Amino acid sequence: MYVAVKGGERAIQSAHELLAEMRRGDPEVPELTLEQIQNQMGLAVDRVMNEGSLFDAELAALAIKQAQGDMIEAIFLLRAYRTTLPRHGTSEPIETKDMRVLRRVSAVFKDVPGGQLLGPTYDYTHRLLDFTLAAQGEAPTEDPSSDLSSHAFETEVSPDPEQMARVLEILERDTLVETPKGPDVPSRDLTREPLDYPVDRATRLQALARGDEGYLLALAYSTQRGYGRTHPFAGEIRSGVVSVSMPFEELGYALPVGELLITECEMINQFQGSADVPPTFTRGYGLQVGLSERKAMSMALVDRSLRADEFEEEIESPAQDEEFVLSHCDNVEAWGFVSHLKLPHYVDFQSELELIRKLRDARETQDAS
Amino acid sequence: MDKPILTAREVTRAYTPDQGCLGVSLDVWPGEVLGIVGESGSGKSTLLRLLSGQESADSGSILFLDRAGTPIELTETPESALRYLGRTEFGIIHQNPRDGLRLRISAGGNIGERLMGVGNRHYGDIRAIAESWLTEVEIDPARIDGKPLHFSGGMQQRLQIARNLVTNPRLVFMDEPTGGLDVSVQAKLLDTLKRLVHDLGIAVIIVTHDMGVARLLADRLLVMKQGRVIESGLTDQVLDDPHAAYTQQLVASILQVN
Amino acid sequence: MQAELTGYNFAYLDEQTKRMIRRGLLKAVAVPGLQVPFGGREMPLPYGWGTGGIQVTASVIGSDDVLKVIDQGADDTTNAVSIRHFFARTAGVETTEVTEEASLIQTRHRIPESPLSEGQILIYQVPIPEPLRFIEPRETETRKMHALTEYGVMHVKLYEDIAQFGQISTAYAYPVLVNGRYVMDPSPIPKFDNPKMHQSPALQLFGAGREKRLYAVPPYTDVISLDFEDHPFEIQSWDEDCALCGATDSFLDEVIINDAGERMFVCSDTHYCRQNRDASDG
Repeated sequence: MYVAVKGGERAIQSAHELLAEMRRGDPEVPELTLEQIQNQMGLAVDRVMNEGSLFDAELAALAIKQAQGDMIEAIFLLRAYRTTLPRHGTSEPIETKDMRVLRRVSAVFKDVPGGQLLGPTYDYTHRLLDFTLAAQGEAPTEDPSSDLSSHAFETEVSPDPEQMARVLEILERDTLVETPKGPDVPSRDLTREPLDYPVDRATRLQALARGDEGYLLALAYSTQRGYGRTHPFAGEIRSGVVSVSMPFEELGYALPVGELLITECEMINQFQGSADVPPTFTRGYGLQVGLSERKAMSMALVDRSLRADEFEEEIESPAQDEEFVLSHCDNVEAWGFVSHLKLPHYVDFQSELELIRKLRDARETQDAS
Repeated sequence: MDKPILTAREVTRAYTPDQGCLGVSLDVWPGEVLGIVGESGSGKSTLLRLLSGQESADSGSILFLDRAGTPIELTETPESALRYLGRTEFGIIHQNPRDGLRLRISAGGNIGERLMGVGNRHYGDIRAIAESWLTEVEIDPARIDGKPLHFSGGMQQRLQIARNLVTNPRLVFMDEPTGGLDVSVQAKLLDTLKRLVHDLGIAVIIVTHDMGVARLLADRLLVMKQGRVIESGLTDQVLDDPHAAYTQQLVASILQVN
Repeated sequence: MQAELTGYNFAYLDEQTKRMIRRGLLKAVAVPGLQVPFGGREMPLPYGWGTGGIQVTASVIGSDDVLKVIDQGADDTTNAVSIRHFFARTAGVETTEVTEEASLIQTRHRIPESPLSEGQILIYQVPIPEPLRFIEPRETETRKMHALTEYGVMHVKLYEDIAQFGQISTAYAYPVLVNGRYVMDPSPIPKFDNPKMHQSPALQLFGAGREKRLYAVPPYTDVISLDFEDHPFEIQSWDEDCALCGATDSFLDEVIINDAGERMFVCSDTHYCRQNRDASDG
């Protein structure tokens, strides 16, 4: 006997119970603590904070735990929490020149004032599975890159905690690279106001900053392969701690309220110019919290390709198309809409069924006559 | 020359039994302009694509006589040789100039491409030739470094013509070359085309649904209906004394507009 | 130097893979400048960091080879150190910084200043093997263009440079015509190095890991940089000499020495620079 599906409530409850069980896994295995996630899966935490647009490592760790490591689910959880928080105001712009630098590399000059500082990076590790980690061992005593430290230009760096000039700033002085323009309009909060195309660069960067890492990476890659080429050079990538200040109206000045670990990427791109205008390098910008270097670089590449209109370049590739890029960069929106296909569409499908049958009948009648 | 430059026999490419191009035979003589007219869907653009090697026929023969007088059977020619012919012996003017131009390359670069493709390696010469061709198609030579992206539709079409004619092709295919342009722009462009075709003595196959264009440019006309040629003859003959009812309708529709 | 890595084959790749790559290389040598597809493997270094070059090196290296690895001309840049270290660990071969002593030189973005000799192999890391890529992004179309020698568009690019800037504004990865047949991307070496490829006594092999292509220039092959008769190919030159060794004939890197933006110029080829300094000291 056929019984139409009802009792959704019970089904949902059971699903949640199963999910909780699955999330916890084998109870014999100790439960993950948020400290463990924050400490040992820091890059996952960074990603969730960036795309969740909430800079709270502990909550991000909780989201990761609750989502069983599903990053988009974790980002979703964090966003859903963020939206309930009150807004107290807007901080002063951070000054990355004053960063306490953890890592700083420039690919355009062999050496720069302040030096190249490799910092903690997977870049020069050989991707060989380390079975000592599997054996619950401590960090390997034989660091595959240990002999790198003998190379002079890496050890002698002791970054001046006061200031380290940005590489592009030095090039700006010679007017070889464009000087960035500040926003014409006060920055808006994308999470409070909808996007209104065309958008200014600051808003665009805001959208990219919370955009999906994989999506931006693929778009950035496409520009390198010729779909909207921008001839990029990694002018400077720096990671470190900056101070965040809030203006206090009652005091009439700003006070530091905390510190952020951030990663900044400035790309130097193909020059513009004509017979009349001297050629000048253009630039792309990426900024993320934590050590999210992949995302910061992708963001900088996509930022530059989205400036095609500004430089009167022909817009012919996906990465140059502002509406295409920004309308699809939010993974919570994207997964929401893709996943909604799982919802019942009985009624819509029924209408289609009815129509297709009618069309086929009409055709059969015609063929018969 | 006493032989046709292009001889097509029973050329067929059927999309459905009465659509496409069905058993068309024609001759094109050196220096003549052959017009192919018919309403949309009559198969005239398909025929043009078959004759110019942009699409391959199901059956039939298309024989082309090259500069050296060697007959080349286009239906059996590999793509490499077809593309070479496309650069040296043929010209193709698309209805939409965007299909025939590199929009982000300067006007000079667009004209120069074919020259460089056949081995010209002198920048100054290429530029001088490009300038003279701009003058020839009545574009201000000062626009030589401008990108066709920023040109008007009429200018784009003129540039496409210059880009094709710069290597002295012997047979030019045109698909509605004045389609999509304002009437006044059309008239000027037709004047230019007529002058160039006459001065250079190139053979042209032009597809158009516009009898005015056909009358102005074509020496002879083929009328197509449902994939077949139903009438042919000298342009004046066909237009002034159309035999088939279909042709009479085509002619009448234009007379009303004029 | 660390102990050799155990549990992996000599030079990391298995012998079947090496054989496959060597077959590709043979074809590449037989048809100079032709891009030969090959079954590129996942390597323990990221794509874009030299996986093509590493696979080529791994396929041709033997235990008696002496390996030099440079990046931007320098033996001491991090990526060069890393790759040299990789082969020291996986193949246990002798390594060197002396150009003349090396039987294999893997390079990214430079050709050494010291002339190469017969018997040496120069292995280039290639990011984008297709010289037509930025004119035509589609592989299906560029393959046809190579097959039919349709290289007009390549000169259109150079024409546009001159029209816009008054000169050819391609400074690196400057396209070349190999053996009068194939237009080839020389990898992003500065155009300064292009003339060194022409009629070189050394074998030049190119590996693109991400794009899975091999190509080659056999010894004593014509390699001509594309240009116009009235705008001939020219290499970079500097007003300065190397601040360290005084060389006047080498490619110079610019180094910013302070926040005020003061610069100095030094040889990009670190071995060449040291050799010059040693010679003048002695």
